[in-house]
Amino acid sequence: MSMIEFKNVEKYYGNFHALKNVNLTIDEGETVVLIGPSGSGKSTLIRTVNGLEEIEEGQLLVNGFDLHDPKTDMNRIRKNVGMVFQHFNLYDNKTTLENVMLAPRLVLKRDEAENKKLAMELLEKVGLADKAANMPSELSGGQKQRAAIARSLAMQPKALLFDEPTSALDPEMVGDVLDVMRDIAKDSSMTMLVVTHEMSFAKAVADRVIFMAEGEILEDSTTKEFFEKPKEVRAQKFLSQVEHH
Amino acid sequence: MALLQNNFPTFLQGFGYTLLSSIIALIGSMILGTGFAIMQIVPQKWAQVIGNVYVQVFRNIPLLIITFFFFLVVSKYVKMSGFTSGTVALMLYTSAFIAETVRAGILAVDGGQMEGARANGLSFGQAMQYIILPQAFRIALPSLGNQFINLVKNSSILAFVGGLDLMYQGNMVAANTFDTFSTYIIVAIFYLILTLPLSYYIQHLERKLKRAL
Repeated sequence: MSMIEFKNVEKYYGNFHALKNVNLTIDEGETVVLIGPSGSGKSTLIRTVNGLEEIEEGQLLVNGFDLHDPKTDMNRIRKNVGMVFQHFNLYDNKTTLENVMLAPRLVLKRDEAENKKLAMELLEKVGLADKAANMPSELSGGQKQRAAIARSLAMQPKALLFDEPTSALDPEMVGDVLDVMRDIAKDSSMTMLVVTHEMSFAKAVADRVIFMAEGEILEDSTTKEFFEKPKEVRAQKFLSQVEHH
Repeated sequence: MALLQNNFPTFLQGFGYTLLSSIIALIGSMILGTGFAIMQIVPQKWAQVIGNVYVQVFRNIPLLIITFFFFLVVSKYVKMSGFTSGTVALMLYTSAFIAETVRAGILAVDGGQMEGARANGLSFGQAMQYIILPQAFRIALPSLGNQFINLVKNSSILAFVGGLDLMYQGNMVAANTFDTFSTYIIVAIFYLILTLPLSYYIQHLERKLKRAL
C-alpha cells in the first residue's frame, strides 16, 4: 500500500518554481533517501508531506488523505507523520523527557504513567536515559537530534521524515544519529523519507534513492542501481563530487 | 510624621484602592494584551486587522482621555464609579503596550519551535500555550516589568475621576492641611512601597528564568 503519493505536484515561491511536476510513490515500510545539490527542492518536497509547505497544484496523498484538499485536517496527518529537522527544533523550555512526553499527552491523551514509561524506553533506545531531566541547551548537537528522534517516535507514527538530520552536527556526532536511524529503518512497518548527504547511510539503509535537481525528480532507482550506474548524467556528476571527499 | 499619623486611615484607604486597581488592571491587561498579541500573528487577516487597530487606538490616545471617556460617556449607558472607569481605562491602555511587548516576544522565539510543535502533532493553540508563549514571556519579561511599574504609577489618573486612590487621598489631605510638600512626599513613599518590591521581584524572576534555561 502506498503511504505517500505525489501526483503531478507543483509548488511555487512567488515566481520561483520550487517543485516541477513531481510524481513519486513511497510504499508503507519503505526507506527512501532523497539526494541532490542544494537548492534542488529536496527540503521543500519533504516539508510538503506533513503540510509545512503547501502545494499549488496536483495531488498529494499521505496515509490516504489528500493534503491539497482544504477539508483535510492537517493535525490528523501530523499525528501519523513525524519529522526530524536539521536544527532539531526541540522545545527549549522543556526537559528532554518532557519533549518526548508532551505531544502524546496533549494529542493522543496517553495515560501519564504509560506515557512516561514509553518515553523512558525511547530515551533508553536512543542512549539518552541519563539526560531525561536535562534541558535541550545542556545537550550536544548529536544528543539533541537523538532526543528529537525519540520525540517523533513517541507519537508512534506510520512515517518519519528526516530533513538533513546530520547536516548541523559535528562530524563525530553523526555516527550515533545514523545508528539510531538505522535501527528505526529495521522496523519493517516504518516508512522513512530521508534527505541527506550521507551516501554511506543511503547505501546501507535505503531501499530506493531519489535524485532531484532544480525542483525535478531526475532519477528514481533502487539503491544498488543508483550507486552502481546512475542513469542521469547529473546524478553521475553529483555522485562523483560527493564521494570524492 | 504627625501628618501621617493624623491622616493614616485616609492614606491607607488610598493605598488599598491603588493596590486593588493595579492588581485588577494588571491581570486584565495581561490577558487582553496577550490575546491581542496573538491576534496580530495568526494567519487570519481579519484578526490581524482587529488586533492592530485595537493596539493603535489605545496606545496612541492619552490615558487621561480614555479615562474621561469611560467616566463621562460610557458611564451614561453603563453605570460605573470613578474607580471602575479609571481601572478599566488603565487596563485597556496598558493592554495595548503589553500586546506590543508580548508580540515582540513571540516574534523573538525561534521559528523552529512552532514548526517542531506543529510537526509533532500539536495544534496552533497548544503550540502557543505550551511552547511559544512561555518562551515569549521570558524574553519579554524585562519590558513587561516596565509596563507593570508604569501601570502602578499611571493608576494615579484615578484621582481625576474621584477614584479614591492614593493620589486622590493625597490631594484631599493636602487641601485640608495645606502641607502639600509633606503630603506628596508621603504619597510618593506609598507608591515606592508598591513599585520597588515589584521591580525587585521582576529582577529576581529574570535571574531565576535565566538559570532555568
